[in-house]
Amino acid sequence: MSDELRSAVAAGVLGAEKNYRELLQSIVEVARAIFRAKASSIFLLDEESDELVFEAVAGEGSESLIGRRFPSSTGIAGFVLVSRQPLVIEDVLEDPRFSRETAESTGFVPKGLMAVPLLHEESALGVLEVLDRPSDARFTLQEMDLLGLFASQAAIALDLLQRARRAQATLADEGELAVLARLAQKLEERREEGGDALALLTVLERLVQ
Amino acid sequence: MHEEPLPAWSLPTDAVERIALPEAWPGEVTREWAWGGATGSGVTVCILDSGVEANHPLVGKVQKSVAISIEGDNVIVDEHDTAGDLCGHGTACAGVVRALAPECDLASVRVLGGGFSGSGAVLLEGLRWAVEQGYDVINMSLSTTKQKFASLLHQLADSAYFRRTMLVASAHNMPVESYPWRFSSVISVGSHDQTDPFAYFYNPTPPVEFFARGVDVEVAWTGGGRLVCTGNSFATPHISGIAALMLSKHRELTPFQLKSLLYLTASNVGGGE
Repeated sequence: MSDELRSAVAAGVLGAEKNYRELLQSIVEVARAIFRAKASSIFLLDEESDELVFEAVAGEGSESLIGRRFPSSTGIAGFVLVSRQPLVIEDVLEDPRFSRETAESTGFVPKGLMAVPLLHEESALGVLEVLDRPSDARFTLQEMDLLGLFASQAAIALDLLQRARRAQATLADEGELAVLARLAQKLEERREEGGDALALLTVLERLVQ
Repeated sequence: MHEEPLPAWSLPTDAVERIALPEAWPGEVTREWAWGGATGSGVTVCILDSGVEANHPLVGKVQKSVAISIEGDNVIVDEHDTAGDLCGHGTACAGVVRALAPECDLASVRVLGGGFSGSGAVLLEGLRWAVEQGYDVINMSLSTTKQKFASLLHQLADSAYFRRTMLVASAHNMPVESYPWRFSSVISVGSHDQTDPFAYFYNPTPPVEFFARGVDVEVAWTGGGRLVCTGNSFATPHISGIAALMLSKHRELTPFQLKSLLYLTASNVGGGE
């Protein structure tokens, strides 16, 4: 069984996508709470279209933004992704273009934002943003470290989500081996009454060997 | 016939004169000796980034603006890039350098704008182009996590080092391997949270070699704007600017000597004075 099929079976059986989405949502909720911010969001990089996609949003503009896309090459999130460097902007002193761009990509005009790349092994998977911390609190290097820790967690969740999606795509596939994945999924679902089917499969495995 | 001096691969006794240093360093190296009276004049700092907005009040004149892109197998170098800054970050870095070294020349090499995919290859080609130009200092906040570029970037960083081009790169503050800031032939920079732009610290436990001002820095941004920003990528141009000052006063410094001078004048070494 190929690695892809193996993970397809595992992920499909666990109904993983929903769980990982919940995990991402929980990460943005916690990030927003810890930094006492107005909003927080996670963007996933869609490599095929070279766009960033809203995957999870907490706070202002939450529901309407999920699934929205914007180009990965410009703006703060794009820069953070390409440079792989976190960036914190505290005060927008005088920059109409900045305000317009961020409004387009966040749903409202923040006074400040923190953006950090989501890196997993060699890949840059997306960006985590936290918008509008309280203006009386000076940003500290400890918060930068905290942001980095959140980013590591979010990157793992994003990686799992992408794996789950690839796995589901494989399961939905009409390819010859996909039947094995579907069969495994069915057996897992009916663990109690699957004894005969399993016995049959064991015989089949012996025959194939 | 004029004879080109050979590289000093070895050193017979009667040839010691050939590698004589242009100036002797004093017993105690001070900041006054290192850059007192210097303006950055005669030194070119290259900003390898998102482009630079020319004539921004905090940036002033940008002597050259180049854009690097890749189409198929071809590297396209547009030597008269008019796109300006696509993000704001390059302008921010240029403004920091300008504040410290007001009379240096600035060259912008834009390696952003073609989308995320392929950005590692564009970064590599942009750096290659900048090193070939022989700029005195190359300021870069960009890095790649892709292993396949690591060895080529390493060769480029070493080649810059031997050609007297000082590569100043932002360190990563996250637990991932990225390049080229980790290479010893570059100066890697992290942030401290003090407000003095001339406060910088040598770190005896690398890979981050120096810490410079990186918290709540007021920087130039696109549209003639200004922002208050935090990140290692704003600490990096502080070191680039100070390096430009040192080079404008001591033109013959090699990257090794420049690093040594930064060390000797660091706030936690001799620079506190």
